Amino acid sequence: MSLFELPIVTSGPAARCASGGCATGGCTSGGCSSGSAERASETSRREFLKTATTMTLGAMSLTLLPGAMAGDEVPAAALHPGGPAANKPMYGFLIDTTKCTGAGKCLTACRVENGVPEGQARTWVERYVHFKDGRVEVDLVPEIGYAASGEPQPAAEDVLRAYFVPKLCNQCVDAPCNQVCPVHASIKSPEGIELVDTDRCIGCGYCVQACPYGIRYMNHETNVADKCNWCYHRVMRNEQPACVEACPTGARVFGRVDDPESEISKRLATLPTSVLKQHLGTLPLTRYVGLTDEVT
Amino acid sequence: MEFHALHDTPFIFPNDAHPVWSIMIVLYPYITGMVAGAFVVSTMYHVFQREALRPVARLAVVTSLCLGACATLPLLLHLHQPQRALNVVATPSPSSAMAGFGFIYSFYMLVLVVDVWLLFRPAIVERARSAPGAWKSVYRALALGVLEITPRAAEIDRKLIHALSVIGIPAACILHGYVGFLFGAIKANPWWSSSLMPVIFLTSAVVSGIAVLTLLYLFLCRRSRMEPDEECMRSLSRLLWMFLVLAVTFECGDLLHVAYEREEEWHVIRELLVTKLRFSYLTLQMFIGALLPLLILPIPAFTRFASAGFRRACTGVAAVLVLVQVAAMRWNVVVGGQLFSKSFRGFVDYPVTWFGREGLLAAAVVLALPMLLLWGAMKLLPVWPPSSESESGVKT
Repeated sequence: MSLFELPIVTSGPAARCASGGCATGGCTSGGCSSGSAERASETSRREFLKTATTMTLGAMSLTLLPGAMAGDEVPAAALHPGGPAANKPMYGFLIDTTKCTGAGKCLTACRVENGVPEGQARTWVERYVHFKDGRVEVDLVPEIGYAASGEPQPAAEDVLRAYFVPKLCNQCVDAPCNQVCPVHASIKSPEGIELVDTDRCIGCGYCVQACPYGIRYMNHETNVADKCNWCYHRVMRNEQPACVEACPTGARVFGRVDDPESEISKRLATLPTSVLKQHLGTLPLTRYVGLTDEVT
Repeated sequence: MEFHALHDTPFIFPNDAHPVWSIMIVLYPYITGMVAGAFVVSTMYHVFQREALRPVARLAVVTSLCLGACATLPLLLHLHQPQRALNVVATPSPSSAMAGFGFIYSFYMLVLVVDVWLLFRPAIVERARSAPGAWKSVYRALALGVLEITPRAAEIDRKLIHALSVIGIPAACILHGYVGFLFGAIKANPWWSSSLMPVIFLTSAVVSGIAVLTLLYLFLCRRSRMEPDEECMRSLSRLLWMFLVLAVTFECGDLLHVAYEREEEWHVIRELLVTKLRFSYLTLQMFIGALLPLLILPIPAFTRFASAGFRRACTGVAAVLVLVQVAAMRWNVVVGGQLFSKSFRGFVDYPVTWFGREGLLAAAVVLALPMLLLWGAMKLLPVWPPSSESESGVKT
């Protein structure tokens, strides 16, 4: 169990059971299933107090660490879907590749909203074209759209199938970019969104190397690390990220995953989803519908 | 995941088009490697009593110090916000491997500075007494005002030098093993991600340290019209050969492991090796830089073949080739690891430039600076061993 998960124990069924909060006979942990034998309950309570004290002291000592002070105010695990509900909203991002048509509206919206320099990208859309002869071609959807770009397009009769895969920050719970930053310039917001502290970044580029998804870049205008942050400034104003708002087909869905009535929660509940490079264990919060093996 | 570069149209992620780490990040492990390697040579004499290395023992620590003093320069030149460099030690993140640099480097340099000072204290004190004019003040300052060395003080100095040399061995290993860890712990990059990376960096560091020391010794002897000590040259040749065997074994072992397992990352690594790194890896690092010295070095190391001059030439040539090997290795790791996109579907180029903060000229200056420092240090301190142990009072 990770240290960050400690609060979960104190608020979960085991803790309620230990503090006598459970209905008699309703507990399945076996600790107090038959009535409420007082001695057992006292022992259990003492054990709980001991454990709680140890955990509290441990947690307090953790806050002394610079990492805890600068960036990890909220338990990272608490922000992962399926984890405990913290007092902060839990956000998620869903990409439905079956709905994306490669319009490119999201790309312009992101660039304008966030002032992304030319030649660099916080988000992009990949097009995968499977040809009948077995070839697979991947390219980037131009911001101005394929028609306006004037690029020669594959002949429809040669194509077996084609689909689009939008990419953006995966907002990993166990983010390698955050782990490697030497100066706390990679920080998690209280909502669990990975941000760059541009006043602190030394521009070493280690986070760029560590991101397995190629999302981070050294902004050649500001000379600090930069990345998609799900339009944190908009989210804090209860607005949708720019790319989501611009998407004409609903392929990008953003919202609170701790609200069962939100669209993202409903779609996550009904659609099979997956994440990019799952084998790396980064626990992305950005999930995909219709991801195929070719997508890296 | 499958690599399609051979069959399909290449595709790179938009942010992967330009490698982030430049030639300066190639120089950083190259220089710190020599720092660690040169120090290891000095410990061979000061700790492991290899008397044959006495002629280069002092030179080794001074070289290590001069190189170490310049080790942070390429990092500073690379940082996009160099004015915030001290944040690494002021607000370090405990989860970051890179955050350890300031502490590891500072500790090592502290050990080195104290070691050098103690080692040269008798000479400094002696010159503080006898040097003319302004030099007297310089040496008095270097002696920290203590102008007498009693036999008891000399004995304490000797013990301290021994202790610092002992401490310096793990410190040097950590300093450079840590550099390897910086790369080896990046799971996003299959060319870097390897638990062997610290060992590979460490062994090649020792190799480069021995090589640079060998060349310096040959050069300085030639300049001073001194005959290089034959046993010292033989010992250096043996050490160079032994550590080169180790370095090449680890390097090949790591690659063979990936090649034999043929996991998904092998497809991109194979492509990398036969295309982008064909010359720098296969030709420079493995053939010219490794195989040739491995064949040449046994002559001066284990035989009395031909003349001493010929054997010295063999060692010198091998040392040059080995320095090329280590430079190529650093290049292949640092730059090579950025020549493929994280899409694993395409490659990019590293544009080598002459000018600018991270250009070839700046790199040449960074490499020349330690040598300039060494020239200055040699004016100040006697790097050749005294003619007898008693002269200095401590084992030098």
